[in-house]
Amino acid sequence: MNKNIILCGVGGQGTVLASRLISAAAMDRDLPVMSAETIGMAQRGGSVFSHVRIGNGLFSPMIAYGEADIILGFEPGEAVRMLPYLKPDGAVVVSCRPIMPVTAALTGSAYNGDEMIGYLKKKVENLTVVESAKACGKIGSPKVLNILLLGAAVQSGALGLSEDDIRTAIKRLLPEKFHKLNFAALEYIRKHTLNA
Amino acid sequence: MHKEFLMGNEAIALGAIAAGVNLVSGYPGTPSTEVLETAAKRKAHGTYVEWSVNEKTAMEVAAGAAYAGARSLVTMKQVGLNVASDPLMSLAYIGVKGGMVILVADDPGPVSSQTEQDTRHFARFSKLPCFDPSSAQEAYEMVQEAFSYSERYQTPVFLRPTTRVCHGYASINVKDTDEYTVHHPDGFIKDSGRWVIFPRLSYQNHIRIEERNVRLSEDFSAYERNKIYYPQESPKDSSAAAQKGIAAGGISFTYVMEALKSAGTVPVLKVSTPHPFPERLALQFLDGLDEVLCLEELDPVIENELLRICGKFHLPVKIYGKLTHHVKNAGENSRDSVYQDIQNFLGLPAQDAGAPDAAAVQKTDSKTFTAKTADAPALPIRPPVLCAGCPHRASFYAVKTAMKGKKTIFCGDIGCYTLGNAMPLDMVDTCLCMGAGLGIAQGVSRIEPDTYCFAFVGDSTFFASAITGAVNAVYNQADMTLIILDNSTTAMTGHQPHPGTGRTMMGGVSSKVDIEAVLRGIGLAAVETVDPLDLEKAVTCVKRTAEEPGVKAVIFRSPCIAVTKPAGTVRILADKCISCKKCIRELGCPALTVTDGRICADPSLCTGCTLCSQLCPAGAMVMINGGDSNE
Repeated sequence: MNKNIILCGVGGQGTVLASRLISAAAMDRDLPVMSAETIGMAQRGGSVFSHVRIGNGLFSPMIAYGEADIILGFEPGEAVRMLPYLKPDGAVVVSCRPIMPVTAALTGSAYNGDEMIGYLKKKVENLTVVESAKACGKIGSPKVLNILLLGAAVQSGALGLSEDDIRTAIKRLLPEKFHKLNFAALEYIRKHTLNA
Repeated sequence: MHKEFLMGNEAIALGAIAAGVNLVSGYPGTPSTEVLETAAKRKAHGTYVEWSVNEKTAMEVAAGAAYAGARSLVTMKQVGLNVASDPLMSLAYIGVKGGMVILVADDPGPVSSQTEQDTRHFARFSKLPCFDPSSAQEAYEMVQEAFSYSERYQTPVFLRPTTRVCHGYASINVKDTDEYTVHHPDGFIKDSGRWVIFPRLSYQNHIRIEERNVRLSEDFSAYERNKIYYPQESPKDSSAAAQKGIAAGGISFTYVMEALKSAGTVPVLKVSTPHPFPERLALQFLDGLDEVLCLEELDPVIENELLRICGKFHLPVKIYGKLTHHVKNAGENSRDSVYQDIQNFLGLPAQDAGAPDAAAVQKTDSKTFTAKTADAPALPIRPPVLCAGCPHRASFYAVKTAMKGKKTIFCGDIGCYTLGNAMPLDMVDTCLCMGAGLGIAQGVSRIEPDTYCFAFVGDSTFFASAITGAVNAVYNQADMTLIILDNSTTAMTGHQPHPGTGRTMMGGVSSKVDIEAVLRGIGLAAVETVDPLDLEKAVTCVKRTAEEPGVKAVIFRSPCIAVTKPAGTVRILADKCISCKKCIRELGCPALTVTDGRICADPSLCTGCTLCSQLCPAGAMVMINGGDSNE
């Protein structure tokens, strides 16, 4: 199996943990993994990304334009930003909740998240929109966004990993007290995945 | 052997530990920081690890250990090497007994640095060997080999990864602890003819170093990581077409190999030791070629070496790269830029390629793929900002408020607080390098005596390189105000301890070096410490202190919000808020947003610093204690 996966969002949204879980799940299946991510100044409220590459014959941890099998967008605008990386038939899983940049409050130039989702619907056939605010509310924690997106990515079939793979990785990487909550997020998204 | 998913920097640390490193010293700096942190976390019994006060001290500590026969590793980023260059240049003449690896992480882009300087030049300049890994796995093995070379040639050696190698992760093969080398230092042996640098010794050692580097070049030509990758199949039309090859190093080598999966079949020279250059191997590569494209980041080091070799041996090979504008000469390479460069190179007419338009080459990056989203709605711009609740925001705001209407200059420095330059604070007029704000402020004040000159410096930076600037100011009777932004940590690089914190990397507790006492000891006219989150007090303090004659300081002390439990959150009372937006216009706090024309404080970001409520003219912002929504 060869998979190129991009996770993107805004600093602090939990993209790093999600990419760690994917990598761990792939390693559990004895697949070579490489990844790269934003570190440093840009983490403070800036756009962040992780590239995760799974499979044999890889040299570089970076993904080229038009090479990603799937994009996990933690934020609609950031998902659009990463679209050039998507394969022609690639999948996108995106949270519908926009995060306004500080500049928006200052200049009054807030952007429209729905407009971004609309654009994605026009461009991407295999698109899953995660109603993250509603889902987090139902599950009872704003912190499960990354697991919701991972779950939706599993359901899209483009991740190449199963829900059980992710479950095992969660067990191994996260403290036990968080297991139940994250498993609930996986279950919720399995039941509510809505292909747009 | 077992597999671990490791960051390049973690792999380097584990490699050094596997090589039996006895001492690791360094100063934090992106992208190098995780090497020392991992060494501290995973160190074998008996290994000593420290964050030194700056890179110069770190270099000297590591050198001392290597004099005593230990294997030592010193870590820093590229600009840190500038600070450590004094001991480095002399150490290159003296050499070491135990293996010493100087880890310097370069930052093409630059992603989070002041310069795009290339440490491979420093290797040449200091005449020291340099290893340039292309991946996490290679870095893991290379650091072990670097220790061997260092010991064999009794010289410190550079290991120079770049950002994408440092911060890239991979599932790599690492040794089990029972496979580690155990290195026992045999101690320092007195020999003033060896360890005391004098002009005569330097002269003699200079001769030895030049001879050694000739041998090293030979040795490196046989080093397995310098390698020619010949294509599986020979080019289709070998008679007419020009014979082409590609030379690359570091992460760019991996981009080349990825691109060649689809772009074509040409031989590739991988250069893992840019200094001394593996000349014999390069000759073998150049033999029979007509044109070579050099793909590397930062400066054209490989390109220049190949040009030199072609000149030395009168080879009729055209060398293309940054110098010929075939490749962009600034910024980092990407999979896509390298693919484009290779396509252009292989598609060029064989006879005379000529230099393409330099401006066009700089733009090759995106093109077709980004054109696909050209019709997308305008994307949000997200410049990095000070965190919600960051005490630096309050400090800057206090100085800004206190000095309103006065002629001022605010000399900034390196750290999170460089972000004080962003609107609406706009409180950084200059920023040069670590500790420079003090000197700049003094220089400006000599030319503009009617300007209130301020220098801002963080606590870690104060210890690293601002103390001499303060001594200079007092000695030369300058007129300036020093603002210390003391958040009790090294925040920007990920919260490392420093002399003011009283914690060390060995997990011990040491006596805290007191910044206020240091400044009083130096002899500043006035030194005051104040909590920046108490706005009125802070403003009064700055007003009073700035009017004192001579050198004076205000220490703003409040812990970094990223490592402190939030006090609570601010709630905005809708019936009181007059929507004047003063809080948003003046503070630029990421927690404050406008939704449907109303000001809101995002409870997931707000830390309850209350700065906004202190400047709200309507008293509409109230603190909710407990911080339950922000655990």
